[in-house]
Amino acid sequence: MKLHRNFFLLVIGCGVLGAMGCGGGSSSNRSPVNAIASPGTNVASITVNAGPTGNYVDGAFTSVTVCVPGSSTCQTVDGILVDTGSSGLRILSSQVTLPLVQQNAPDGNPLVECFPFVSGYTWGGVYVADVEIAGEKGSSTPIELIGGTSYPVPAACTNMIATSSDTLETLGAYGILGVGQAPQDCGAGCPPSLYYGCTSSGCVGFSPTLAQQVPNPVTLFAADNNGVIMELPAVTAPEATSSGSLVFGIGTQANNALGAATVYTANTNPNDYGTFTTVYEGNAYSQSFIDSGSNGYFFLDNPTTGLPYCDVNSNQPQGDGFYCPATTANLSATNQGVNGASGTVSFSVGNANSLFADSNDTVFNDLGGPFPGSFDWGLPFFFGRNVYVAIGGMSTPGGVGPYWAY
Amino acid sequence: MIAAAAVGLMAAPAWAALGGSAATVQADRAHMQGTLRTVAMQSYAVHEIQGSSGTVVREYVSSAGIVFAITWHGPWPPDMQQLLGSYFEQYVQAANAQGASRLGRRPLLIEQPGLVVQFGGHPRSFAGRAYLPPMLPEGVRAEDIQ
Repeated sequence: MKLHRNFFLLVIGCGVLGAMGCGGGSSSNRSPVNAIASPGTNVASITVNAGPTGNYVDGAFTSVTVCVPGSSTCQTVDGILVDTGSSGLRILSSQVTLPLVQQNAPDGNPLVECFPFVSGYTWGGVYVADVEIAGEKGSSTPIELIGGTSYPVPAACTNMIATSSDTLETLGAYGILGVGQAPQDCGAGCPPSLYYGCTSSGCVGFSPTLAQQVPNPVTLFAADNNGVIMELPAVTAPEATSSGSLVFGIGTQANNALGAATVYTANTNPNDYGTFTTVYEGNAYSQSFIDSGSNGYFFLDNPTTGLPYCDVNSNQPQGDGFYCPATTANLSATNQGVNGASGTVSFSVGNANSLFADSNDTVFNDLGGPFPGSFDWGLPFFFGRNVYVAIGGMSTPGGVGPYWAY
Repeated sequence: MIAAAAVGLMAAPAWAALGGSAATVQADRAHMQGTLRTVAMQSYAVHEIQGSSGTVVREYVSSAGIVFAITWHGPWPPDMQQLLGSYFEQYVQAANAQGASRLGRRPLLIEQPGLVVQFGGHPRSFAGRAYLPPMLPEGVRAEDIQ
């Protein structure tokens, strides 16, 4: 504890002195360096690298320990993607060897979840485990173990999302640590296409109460449970790897104070929970969001931005879904919280096919792609910024969540 | 048993929307247990369906009576098989074929000569659009489909 506090003082000192060159000496003396907390009780290390598949780009990974509830029978799983865009811990069942107990649906049958991500749905049983990350511990936390269930995927699931993410290759990680703004993964009014009670004759969907859902695991921590901060260093050129910290709690410890960060509150309307407005060239896009689990800046489309999509062919298949401008585009947009807070963000978009040419590089500050009618501020947004994610309904020194602050 | 069979029946694609006739809009409204609002533009009409789960679907119908585009947004994705109709299989194949790119979780972009699908968002707020480039009415641009 004592040692940890000393570490913290050292780090803050570095942040304060950042303008004078602390933090490696390579930074310009005009741009302050974001202070990154040292590992400790409420601080987990995160690494941006190729991940367990060896070919991921712009993904931040950490490790999570799961235990049989109330026991010291535990195992640690690494290669877990840190995702501020969803809530809930999901791990490939193939990585978990513990004898965890599956939850039941209200009909008494085994509880199985279809959780929709744009990249693919996860289909797996809901189990209960004690979850430990850094020194934080959440008892009896419902989590999803992806895959490993023999129940056929219901049509109501595959009709939402056509592709499955039930393997390492399709998920891109050994698991997803959803530490987003939502306290539960689905929320009030959850439709009957996500949660199912399953028997050998099929799965029957139901609308779960909040208590029946997979929660944001942070909410079950004994302390530091009102949100997280993602802290990653600035990136000026493609890198093979980068590392930073995932800090638990906002304003609960000496190392997670809100400081001078601006609070941008998010929508709590159930139809667009966890969104705010981004203004680009005078047009407001009201369903925008910040998401460490998206691996680039995804915004608008080619006709609106003038940025060409990557030419994807058998020689250059890698840039599929990204922008490929001839020269790097330097852009800016303004984020607006529901609370009226407003701030300009400068960002760059390079040519993804060119960026991917060196297969050793996995960290890019200028990767972008289309997302019509919206802004999805993915992992590059986090480089050089400490991004606070306050959980809905939780009190913090910056007010009640959900909000982002940076 | 009975409930499981009912789920199967509900999911059966008894109608099509994208590329189908304007009459399919009503079928989609019924499927989504939603309410319908229609706005007439110069060369097309937009039928907006507010579904019971909070998801809003807009169907763009040309003056020839063909659904040439669909957009959606809401907490969860809509029933894509229902909305894409006869284009659903093409969409599924294209989505599954995107394994060649550098790996990463991001919005979906399918750009084929006959079908464009763009789909993004995160849990509790998804948005996307699908349209048929050859069937866009004269003067209608992709950016008009929002």
